[in-house]
Amino acid sequence: MIQKEWMSVVSIDEIAASIFEVVLEGDMPERIQAPGQFVHVKTSPHVAPLLRRPVSISEHWPEQRRMALVFRAEGEGTSRMAAWRAGDEVDVLGPLGNGFDTSDVDEGEKALIVGGGVGVPPLLGLAKQLAGHGVRVQTVLGFADEPSAFFQERFSALGDCFVSTIDGSIGETGFVTDVIDRRGLSYDAIYACGPLPMLRALDSSYATAKGKLSLEERMGCGIGACFACVCHTADDPDGTSYRKVCSDGPVFPWGEVVLS
Amino acid sequence: MKLHVSLPGLEMKNPVMPASGCFGFGKEFAQLYDLNDLGAIAIKATTEEARFGNETPRVAETEAGMLNAIGLQNPGLKGVTEQELPWLQQLDTPILANVAGTKMEDYEAVAAGLSESGMVAALELNISCPNVKEGGITFGTDPKLAAELTKRVKHVSDVPVYVKLSPNVTDITEIAKAVEHAGADGLSLINTLSGMKIDPATRKPLLANEIGGLSGPAIKPVAIRMIYQVRQVTELPIIGMGGIMGMEDVLEFMIAGADAVAVGTANISNPFACPEIIQELTDWAGTEPAADWAGWKQGGVKA
Repeated sequence: MIQKEWMSVVSIDEIAASIFEVVLEGDMPERIQAPGQFVHVKTSPHVAPLLRRPVSISEHWPEQRRMALVFRAEGEGTSRMAAWRAGDEVDVLGPLGNGFDTSDVDEGEKALIVGGGVGVPPLLGLAKQLAGHGVRVQTVLGFADEPSAFFQERFSALGDCFVSTIDGSIGETGFVTDVIDRRGLSYDAIYACGPLPMLRALDSSYATAKGKLSLEERMGCGIGACFACVCHTADDPDGTSYRKVCSDGPVFPWGEVVLS
Repeated sequence: MKLHVSLPGLEMKNPVMPASGCFGFGKEFAQLYDLNDLGAIAIKATTEEARFGNETPRVAETEAGMLNAIGLQNPGLKGVTEQELPWLQQLDTPILANVAGTKMEDYEAVAAGLSESGMVAALELNISCPNVKEGGITFGTDPKLAAELTKRVKHVSDVPVYVKLSPNVTDITEIAKAVEHAGADGLSLINTLSGMKIDPATRKPLLANEIGGLSGPAIKPVAIRMIYQVRQVTELPIIGMGGIMGMEDVLEFMIAGADAVAVGTANISNPFACPEIIQELTDWAGTEPAADWAGWKQGGVKA
């Protein structure tokens, strides 16, 4: 059930360069159904910025009525969010979208979680859920450089965690696919979220994998009505087949949508 | 004061409807509130064949507004009449079906099909979409073409036909008069203003389609001016739209000359915009001494 709620800011921390983790309290966390769902945030009570900003839920604690969001402060909207302070009341629409269905892996099997940059946050809740089900979790996280890296310790607590950076300032030099290949990581299912080039590389390198990937797209309404965030499907006989990232996704079965 | 509004084909409990293209076919919003609270529903444009629309990004935020270039994505006439309209019949809310096309024959086919379905209360002829490569807006910028299309669509429709006007014209009153003489039952205005946004860092347009339609509070003064001007030249009912965010905006449109209003972009930033505005209007009407909208609007805009 989607709701619009004024939630209170419990805490906000800059956990990496321009990356913020905010904990919110309210009724919404009880309605979250799966890791990978997101919320749509109005960053100002005034008319402008007009559009909401889609933000991933990284973790949630229904008993405490709390959830954590992680975002990168980049433009006007997210910079306003970065200025939130504990005690602020903020306008949040959610929970939105379909999260990760973890039925691809059973207890004792291996899940490979691959995250890139600000695509990492929703994978934390997923990793916790998988580990809780007795799935062996191994993670590969890719970042631009050391200052922008985060959550390595939290993933390490759940299983093996490898980090790659483009400049080699932390972890291994290169892309996440380099780490997977170099280390010969095996898996029963892959779960990925990150920039399109990363998802494309994973999709082409491991085309027959089982698993899910989560997409990011510029959104309008966030509830599936405005058709701003559509993508093509791989199986598209007449060219009109589509999925809406906000409401059909953002998580899709491996190979279902075209990563363009 | 009674909020009820009676327009050709549209018996509305209140003057507020969501605008076409901002509400899909209603299903998403039905999860959030009772669609019977709405005065009417303008559903997403229907074309003869299914359309995927434009590539993404399809939206970009602007100062107090947004650009969109969705590209009339819809499941086509067959899809709309078989999958979308039957579900809407359970509502006690009239459906205004937006009709789009690239050739006059397309508009005729869609209008005839929707009219024959018996599931729509009225049609809204989309001669003002700035986001398709051909047709669409061309019919909305040439008074002769607009009139001919209106006449042809009227000929094949059993339900009232509203013509949705484009603001991307030199003189909107010329188009309004032309479609009135051609038999239009009502007007809706304004559609989006053609616009563009470029990222200085990359020098690339923010929309994949490069150009899109500007909507939201940024265009409200243009809408008010155009409704005011069109009201001077026609007695046709006007559904006013363009940046309505709250009750005060509705009142401004009604004073300018609208008989009902459509809320568009506000639904995107707040999916509860329509019921919130209707609640505000209901509270306001409770203390208004006028009997109805006609009484309240007496005198129109003061000199």
